[in-house]
Amino acid sequence: MTETDHSDMSSSDQPESAAQSSDWSELKDRARNLVDQLESGDSSGVHSAIEELNEARDRNIYLEVGKLTRGLHEAIVNFDLTGSMTTGGDDSDKNESQMTNAQDRLDYVINLTQTAADKTMDMVEEGIPIATELRERSQSLKVDWERLQRREMDPDEFRDLYKRIDQFLVFSGDSSSELSEKLNTILLAQDFQDLTGQVIKRVINLVQDVEERLVELMRVAGQVEELTGIVHSKDNPPMRKEASPIAAEGPQIDTDKEDVVSGQDDVDDLLSSLGF
Amino acid sequence: MKILIVDDFSTMRRIIKNLLRDLGFTNTAEADDGSTALPLLQNGNFDFLVTDWNMPGMTGIELLKAVRADDRLKDMPILMVTAEAKREQIVEAAQAGVNGYVVKPFTAAVLKEKIEKIFERLGS
Repeated sequence: MTETDHSDMSSSDQPESAAQSSDWSELKDRARNLVDQLESGDSSGVHSAIEELNEARDRNIYLEVGKLTRGLHEAIVNFDLTGSMTTGGDDSDKNESQMTNAQDRLDYVINLTQTAADKTMDMVEEGIPIATELRERSQSLKVDWERLQRREMDPDEFRDLYKRIDQFLVFSGDSSSELSEKLNTILLAQDFQDLTGQVIKRVINLVQDVEERLVELMRVAGQVEELTGIVHSKDNPPMRKEASPIAAEGPQIDTDKEDVVSGQDDVDDLLSSLGF
Repeated sequence: MKILIVDDFSTMRRIIKNLLRDLGFTNTAEADDGSTALPLLQNGNFDFLVTDWNMPGMTGIELLKAVRADDRLKDMPILMVTAEAKREQIVEAAQAGVNGYVVKPFTAAVLKEKIEKIFERLGS
């Protein structure tokens, strides 16, 4: 009945095995009783022994079914992803499933990265013409400045150059501060990295949580199958979705994989091997 | 030279547009997937198509095949600029008749090189 009674059940479900061995020994006792009755030729004793044996077996199954039903119920309840986890039970979020919540979070990531990219490109697009103008004006001044150094300039031209240098000094001062301002804006726009990183981490946690619960659900479902005798043929594994060769997969995270190119050079090699 | 840029992310369209402008191509238009790009191509006198692969609706590879199947468009040079980096995908695109294939993330120099190569080959 106790730990001394070692049955050769698998050790994976240790908590069950003690209870199970007591059930087993009860079954064994009843079976022995049946054999005894059969050997003594007592037909009414045989019948009652068979009945007792049946009862013991049924009780056993009812107990197991009850236990598994509870387990399954708990697993399903745990799997209910509505609200409770992400916001610490905030009532306002109870109506929203965690999956919807995760989608919202990822949408938020897309929005933030989009805003940052737009802001950065706005600044770059505004900054490039300023830089271009600075370069052009300084180049044209340099040409005239060299003419002045070579004393090839008449007084009228010199007065014009004098004015242009004055204007250029004002322009270059203004432009530099404008460019610095734009560079600072670009710098600040990178704050999305921090914010999106945090949000993505929470979504990763959710996915891990879902995975754990799924594994638990599979485990309990597996026990139900074992008990009820549902057998999965090893010859018929679940249909795996074959990736169509032309399906889009998005960025490859692991470029070390054999079927993935490691960069543009690899692409070029592959294409040239195809006659490009 | 009129160029159509097809990508579902506006950021990427904008990057490509700016890089193309730097290369001297200022006449560009944009579409966010194959199904909006195809009618533009059919009505718009475009000379060159730059497309992403992974887009909702009609993907870039479908667009590529549709262009090659269209009598009036079939000779249009097409450059794919995409994060799709599986060998079989690149082979697929090559077999479908792509003229160049650039994997993201890419540099301005790579984009320039591939575009120049395409026009060099077309000119010869």
